[in-house]
Amino acid sequence: MIMTDIIVAGIGQTVVGEHWDASLRTLALQAIQAATQDSGGLKPQVLYVGNMLASSLSRQAHLGALLADYAGLTGIEASTVEAGGASGGAALRQGYLAVSSGLADVALVVGVEKFTDVIGPDLEAALASQTDSDYESVHGMTLTSQAALLANRYIYENQIPAGGLANFPLTAHANGVGNKFAMYRRAIGLDVYTKAEPVCEPLNIYDIAPNADGAAALVLTRRELLPNGFPHPVVRLAASTIASDTFALAERGDMLWFGAAQASILQALQKAGFTLDQVDLFEYYDLFSIFAAMSLEAAGFAGRGKGWELARDGAIALTGQLPCATLGGLKARGNPGGATGVYQAVEATAQLRGQAGQNQIEGARLALIQCLGGPASIAVTHILETML
Amino acid sequence: MEIPRHWRLNQQRYGLVGEVCPHCDTKIFPPRDICPACGQDAKTTFAFSGRGAVFSFTTIYEAPTGFDETAPYTVALVKLEEGPLVTAQLTDLGEAHPEIGMPVEMVTRRLRSDGDERGMLIYGYKFRPVLKPA
Repeated sequence: MIMTDIIVAGIGQTVVGEHWDASLRTLALQAIQAATQDSGGLKPQVLYVGNMLASSLSRQAHLGALLADYAGLTGIEASTVEAGGASGGAALRQGYLAVSSGLADVALVVGVEKFTDVIGPDLEAALASQTDSDYESVHGMTLTSQAALLANRYIYENQIPAGGLANFPLTAHANGVGNKFAMYRRAIGLDVYTKAEPVCEPLNIYDIAPNADGAAALVLTRRELLPNGFPHPVVRLAASTIASDTFALAERGDMLWFGAAQASILQALQKAGFTLDQVDLFEYYDLFSIFAAMSLEAAGFAGRGKGWELARDGAIALTGQLPCATLGGLKARGNPGGATGVYQAVEATAQLRGQAGQNQIEGARLALIQCLGGPASIAVTHILETML
Repeated sequence: MEIPRHWRLNQQRYGLVGEVCPHCDTKIFPPRDICPACGQDAKTTFAFSGRGAVFSFTTIYEAPTGFDETAPYTVALVKLEEGPLVTAQLTDLGEAHPEIGMPVEMVTRRLRSDGDERGMLIYGYKFRPVLKPA
């Protein structure tokens, strides 16, 4: 039973991109320092690191101790949380549990991924380690081809017209323009999308978010522990949930339904006492366009097979009924792997504080964020709310 | 080399051997010992016929290590006639374009090569279009 509000007291992030000059630890440190400063200098007792692939991409495991040491926090509790692409969201949940239980007063959550030290087949192999080793990746399956198999069937069953998913990346790119931390800050037109070569049919390069380096951090505390003169509008974590689904895509009884995404959102809304129509913005996990469409359906914003229509009709634009990927999403901000869920929380907090600049959703009070591991084999959902 | 890791899957890889639930008769592949339909123990082995139809497919151009020499290749979800879906490559397509619903049958092929000339060759199931009588 939570008797107090859990506050996102500090947020920090690096630009997402190809940081040839920065290592895993230097990226993480930048985000940690920014978040700590933003919180007014709160001192954490616990550190949770969200990371997906450092063991294979950076030949570096044991990130909890590494980053606590490197950030000058030696002595505190520290460990890594891994849940595939949802690692950042899962790390945030650990921070939420630590602070809401009273076992820690201040938690530091950092998501970090260093993709660009490895390229080509070795990067594809590392990514494919998130699929079933014995029954998927041994057949040459990759994360991208999992999404392509989903998209192919989705288009077939729902008779989606050619280019029906185009407005997901177009919206993301339009929103990336106003985010100084985004990897891509240029809008693209429909003609660019339409002319793109297929990468993994039916996906083209714009249906796939770019892997990139980045780190984001959050400082969490309870409301009564906020420093005097805390300078920001107060944003609380109203709910935190995780749900799981079958691991391998082939073993899912109903392949075109993200059951874990649905369950984690239903539980979050129920725990926080909100309904979908109160949500002012939705940061979905648009690693692939098809994931965005199916996430909208799983959440209940669209009927089954109709999620793409919200994109087509402009409902997900900044000025639409349900703004999504408001600072570029994975597609334009970039996909920093296990840091993604933390970036989403940073961005949602910025929106709810009124700090989102030209991308600000006027009057935003309630944000829904969700990250996924694999084809929604894990879904992590958080609800953030501005406190009056 | 990871020889035991592949050796212990020989039955599945070469014979498409899964399980049948003794309680509700659900056919299970890959084997998992707990029936996904009824939740009870299911350890009775069952050899699948290897016949099925393409449920979805795509072609991979940017392949992981071990597959980059055979790219591009086509992977599919195949709906076996006994019920389960299985992930596998399509092979022997020739001039045929894969499509959803295409009837296919299991064959044994090399799945990947494990490194240099001394590396392990891993064999297992792929699916090809059903051969028609000449």
